[in-house]
Amino acid sequence: MRSAAGKTLAIVWKDITSEMRTKEIATSLIAFALLVIVVVSFTLEPGENTSPIAAGILWVAFTFAGVLGLSRSFATEKDKGCLQGLMLCPVDRSILYLGKMLSIVVFMIVVEIIIIPIFIVLLDQSGFPPQLAVIALLATIGFAAVGTLFSAMAVNTRAREVMMPLLFLPVASPVIIAAIKSTALVLSGGSWGDIASWLGVMAAFDAIFLAVSPLVFEFVIEE
Amino acid sequence: MQALKQNTRSVNGLLGLTFALMIAAQFLIFVYVPTERTMGVVQRIFYFHVPLAWNAFLAFAIVFVCSILYLRSRDMKWDRLARSSAEIGLLFTTLVLITGTIWDKPAWGVWWTWDPRLTATLILWFIYLAYLFVSAYATEESQGARYAAVIGIIGFLDVPIVALAIVLWQTQHPSPLIFEGGLTGSMLLTLMVSIVAFTLLYLSLLILRNSLRRDTDEIKKLKQYMDERN
Amino acid sequence: MTTAQTDGYAIEAKRLIKRYGEHYALRGIDLSVKWGDFLAIFGPNGAGKTTLLKVLATIVKPSSGDASVAGFDLREDAVKVRQRIGVVSHQTLLYDDLSAYENLRFYGKMYEVPDLKDRINRLIAQVGLESRMHDPVRTFSRGMQQRLAIARALIHDPPILLLDEPGTGLDQHASAMLANIIISTLTGQRTIIMTTHSLEQGAALGNRIMIMANGKITYEESKQLDISSLREVYYQHTGVKN
Repeated sequence: MRSAAGKTLAIVWKDITSEMRTKEIATSLIAFALLVIVVVSFTLEPGENTSPIAAGILWVAFTFAGVLGLSRSFATEKDKGCLQGLMLCPVDRSILYLGKMLSIVVFMIVVEIIIIPIFIVLLDQSGFPPQLAVIALLATIGFAAVGTLFSAMAVNTRAREVMMPLLFLPVASPVIIAAIKSTALVLSGGSWGDIASWLGVMAAFDAIFLAVSPLVFEFVIEE
Repeated sequence: MQALKQNTRSVNGLLGLTFALMIAAQFLIFVYVPTERTMGVVQRIFYFHVPLAWNAFLAFAIVFVCSILYLRSRDMKWDRLARSSAEIGLLFTTLVLITGTIWDKPAWGVWWTWDPRLTATLILWFIYLAYLFVSAYATEESQGARYAAVIGIIGFLDVPIVALAIVLWQTQHPSPLIFEGGLTGSMLLTLMVSIVAFTLLYLSLLILRNSLRRDTDEIKKLKQYMDERN
Repeated sequence: MTTAQTDGYAIEAKRLIKRYGEHYALRGIDLSVKWGDFLAIFGPNGAGKTTLLKVLATIVKPSSGDASVAGFDLREDAVKVRQRIGVVSHQTLLYDDLSAYENLRFYGKMYEVPDLKDRINRLIAQVGLESRMHDPVRTFSRGMQQRLAIARALIHDPPILLLDEPGTGLDQHASAMLANIIISTLTGQRTIIMTTHSLEQGAALGNRIMIMANGKITYEESKQLDISSLREVYYQHTGVKN
C-alpha cells in the first residue's frame, strides 16, 4: 500500500517538476481561460447585470482550458515514448491513472486559483463566495476522473485535437451543468443548502468515475 | 452456406412479424385511438416518440453489455454487435429528437425547448457519436474496438447521472410540457403495441446490420489471406 | 538481482501470436533463452522484432501463446516480470525537461530501488555522464541520451535486458561507445536479447543468432558466427545484402 502511494506521488512529482521548468501548461491554460472569458464577455453590454451569465462564462472558460490541459498531459508522454517507459514500470496500471489524474487536478487548481480572482474583478462580481472553492474542487476532480481516461485515448487516435472534446464534453456534461448552476447560485448570494443537490450530483459523478476509470484504464494504454 | 440459409429463414420470420406488427401499430395509432383532448392530433407522435426512446436506451444497454463482454473475451463478435447496436441507437436517438421537436413545436411555437427529455437525449446522442467516432478514428481495428468498448461502458454509466443533473435543473425551472391525466385503455393498448413493434424493428435492424458487418469482416479476412498467398 | 540463476530458462516462449486486426505481427514464435545468453536478432523492418520484444516486456499483450520471463508468466505476473527486465529502445523513454539525475530518480522510485542516491551516482559514472548529471536531458546529444537510457534500464539491476535497435541514429563513435558500455556493464551475468540492423555488432556481441522475417523465425543458430558467414546466412534468408 505504501509503495503504491509512493509511486503515485512519484508520477505527480515528475509532472509538477517538468511543468515548473517550462511552465508551458500553466501559462497556456491561464492565457486561454482569460481569453475565453474576455471573448465571451463581448456578448455583454457594459453596465449590464452579469451575474446570471457570469457563472456560465467562468465554467466555459474552465471547461475549455481543462480540455486543453488534459490533452497536453498525455501528449507530452506519448511524444517521447515516455508512456512506454511508464508501462514498463512494475506498477499496476491504475497507479499510472491515479498519478496522472492527480497531476491534472493540481494543475487545474493552480489555474483556478489564478483565474477566479481575475474573473471576479473582470465580471464585477460582489466577492469570493467560499462555496466556490468546494464547487471548483468537486468539478475539477470530476473533469480529471474522466478526462485522464479520454486524454489517454485521444492521444492514440487520429484527429486527436478534436477527439478529446468530442469524448469529454458529453460525458462530463452533468458536472458542467452542476458547476454552472451552483456557481450562479452562490454568486447571487445562495447558501450551502441551495447548492446541496448540485454538490450531490458532482459527488456522485466523481465517485462513480473514480471507481470505474482506473479499472478500464489498462485497456486504453495497452497495445 | 447451410448456416446462411437457415439464418435467413428465421430472420425472414422476424422481419415478417415486425412488418405485421408495424402495420397493426400504424392502424392503432392513426385510426383506432381517439384524438387526445389538450394537444390534438400532434399528440399521436407520442406513440412513436416513446417506443423510439425506449429502444434508444435499450440499444445503449446492449452496447454496454457487449462492451464488457468484448473486453473480457476479445472476441470480435461482441465488438461487431456493439457497433451495430450503436449505429441503430444513434438512428433511433436522432428520431427521438426529431419527434420530440415536432411534438413541442405546436404547443410552444418554438422548435427546441431545453426540457429534460430532449436535453438528456441530445447528450446521449453525442455520447453515441463519440462512440462511433472513436472506432472510426482509431489507428487500427482492435484498438478501435477496445476504445469504443471503454466509451460504451463509461457512456452508459454516465446516462443516469446526466438524467439526474437535468431533472435537477428542471425542477428549478419547471418544464411547460405536462401530460394531463393518465392513459386510457385504448391509449395504453396502442402504446404497448407500438413499443413491441419498434422493439422488433430494432432487433431486426440489429440482426441485419450485424450480419452485414460479419460478412464484410469475413470478406476482408479472405482478401487478406489471398494477398498473402501471392 | 545479478546473481546468475542457473535453473530453468531465462525466457521461454511458446507459439506467441500477435494479431492487429487482420494483420499478423507475430505468427507463432517459439523461443528459449538460457541464463547468460546474448541473443542477437536480425531481420528487415516489419519482421516483428520490436513486437516480440514488446510482448516479452509485457507492454503488448499477445493474442495467443504463452511466455515466461525470469520464471514468471507474462500474463499472470506481469508486474514481477517488469521488475526483472530492463529495456532500451530506439526511443529514449526519458523526460526532456528533467535532468539526468531526476530522470533516474523517478524511475528508481518506480522500481523501488534501495540506496537510490548511491546507485544513481554509480550508474551515471559508469556511462560517463557525471559532468552533465544535473543538466536537462533536452540539452544532451543523441549519443548521450542513449547512454542515459542504458543507465535508466539498469537502475534496478535487472537480470534480463531487452535492447531494441539501441544503436539507431548514433554515429560510429557513439555506437562504439554504446557497445563498450553494453559489454562492460554485463560481466556475463545478464541475459540479453538485442535486435539490430548491424550485423557486425550482432556477430561481435551475440553468442546466439536469430533471423526473423514476416513474424516468424526463419533461422536460428546457437553458436557465435563470424561476420562473413553471418552475412551469407542473412542474404540467404532475407535476400538483403547487409
